[in-house]
Amino acid sequence: MTTAPRRTGRVPIALLLPALGGLVFLVLPLAGLLWRTPWATLPQRLTAPDVVAALKLSLLTASLATLLCLILGVPLAWLLARVDFPGRRLARALITVPLVLPPVVGGIALLLALGRRGLLGGWLDSTFGVSLPFTTAGVVVAEAFVALPFLVISVEGALRGADTRYEEAAATLGASRWTTFTHVTLPLVAPGIAAGGVLCWARALGEFGATITFAGNYPGITQTMPLAVYQTMESGDLDGAVVLSLILLAVSVTILAALRDRWLAGP
Amino acid sequence: MKLRIATLVLTVALAGCGGDAAPAAGPGAVTVFAAASLTESFTTLGRQFEAAHRGATVRFNFAGSAALATQINQGAPADVFASAAPKNMAAVTEAGNAAGAPTTFVRNQLVIAVAEGNPERITGLSGLTGPGRKVALCAEQVPCGAAARTALNAAGLRLTPVTLEQDVKAALAKVKLGEVDAALVYRTDAAAAAADVDAVEFPESARATNDYPIVVLRHAANPAGAQAFVDYVRSAGGMRVLTGAGFQRP
Repeated sequence: MTTAPRRTGRVPIALLLPALGGLVFLVLPLAGLLWRTPWATLPQRLTAPDVVAALKLSLLTASLATLLCLILGVPLAWLLARVDFPGRRLARALITVPLVLPPVVGGIALLLALGRRGLLGGWLDSTFGVSLPFTTAGVVVAEAFVALPFLVISVEGALRGADTRYEEAAATLGASRWTTFTHVTLPLVAPGIAAGGVLCWARALGEFGATITFAGNYPGITQTMPLAVYQTMESGDLDGAVVLSLILLAVSVTILAALRDRWLAGP
Repeated sequence: MKLRIATLVLTVALAGCGGDAAPAAGPGAVTVFAAASLTESFTTLGRQFEAAHRGATVRFNFAGSAALATQINQGAPADVFASAAPKNMAAVTEAGNAAGAPTTFVRNQLVIAVAEGNPERITGLSGLTGPGRKVALCAEQVPCGAAARTALNAAGLRLTPVTLEQDVKAALAKVKLGEVDAALVYRTDAAAAAADVDAVEFPESARATNDYPIVVLRHAANPAGAQAFVDYVRSAGGMRVLTGAGFQRP
């Protein structure tokens, strides 16, 4: 239940102009995309096998990456918010690194860690014969790497904003820490987790740099929508690239618009 | 006042971009859009051109030829376009963005790039199709990928790569990192990376050579400088640099 914004007279022009400028700045490129869309050939292009394969792969890998982020990220956020341990400030700083790191750098770092000659990847390859680059699992790993911070930050913020009296009450009534977490804390911060999950999913869906660097580009296996857009553009097929971009844009906007009012508009 | 200074700065910057302020003495600033595979040799040629012409500066934009063609056709400010394939050059000439006809200045051939010392003992194209063999190719939409496809067809081989890279440098990087056993790249790129990779020549590459055309662009801000650079590339000195890098004369 959000309160209606207070209206206090006329909006100062000094605020209104830059605000409108900001809106135009963000919306104009999207308008450019719509303006250049080859509407006549759109249906054929949308149902082209490569496009369908890339979209399916994108939806699958973004969802799996989000699942992975939920499994790893919620406990991590809880640790950061509720447990005072040495090095917590450093841990918090490290977690936000993928947010500011250029995704290509993330991809190189992943290669050096999990690639066939990598820090851990070399051992995985020689011991189990498992190699992540050029696999769909590799795409999920790359997407999760860049998307995890979004989830952790959202959930940690929700945990810090949540009233701890309920958790204390549960503890005094004899609930174990695990029971308290699953029966009190999780329901309390569910909206924060959902918001983080949506952001995480949207970021994973748009991931490009780390994916092409770490997982490579092969249709049906590692070629997600952003990679398909880039390859189509590289081949000089501007119309094709526009159509693919449009699909990605439509999916993202639909999801964000449907969920924003519900979860992302925090107090 | 602040606004006036900003306007002044902007005007000067724009004038610089437009090339109106180029000194009459030298060829001025030349912006060259060139295929990624020309990176090393054109960087050298640019330095030599600047040394030979007082006041000249050459700026490069290296990328995949198709991406460059798209950028040029979308109005990117460029004086010269050097493409790794006639097809991408045609995209520019057909859009009416070339001044005059392009000329082929070099040719390039494919080699198999393998890790230093060739640990997998790959001696030809057939060595790429073994079980568990990981190979990187360029995507067929980019020139090195089209050439790779032609060469594989000429050898009658079917090959499933693990990745289709967007330009030859990216394919080569996967070999350098040890993530793939081999990649089909240009002889010139393998030569430039000789410290990290070995090049294995194969006979079918002769049937998949790539022609590199170069042209002065119609909307060049500095047409005289652009022509001077193209002439320099095609001069005896320019050809020495290019053939030294592994390119062939057309």
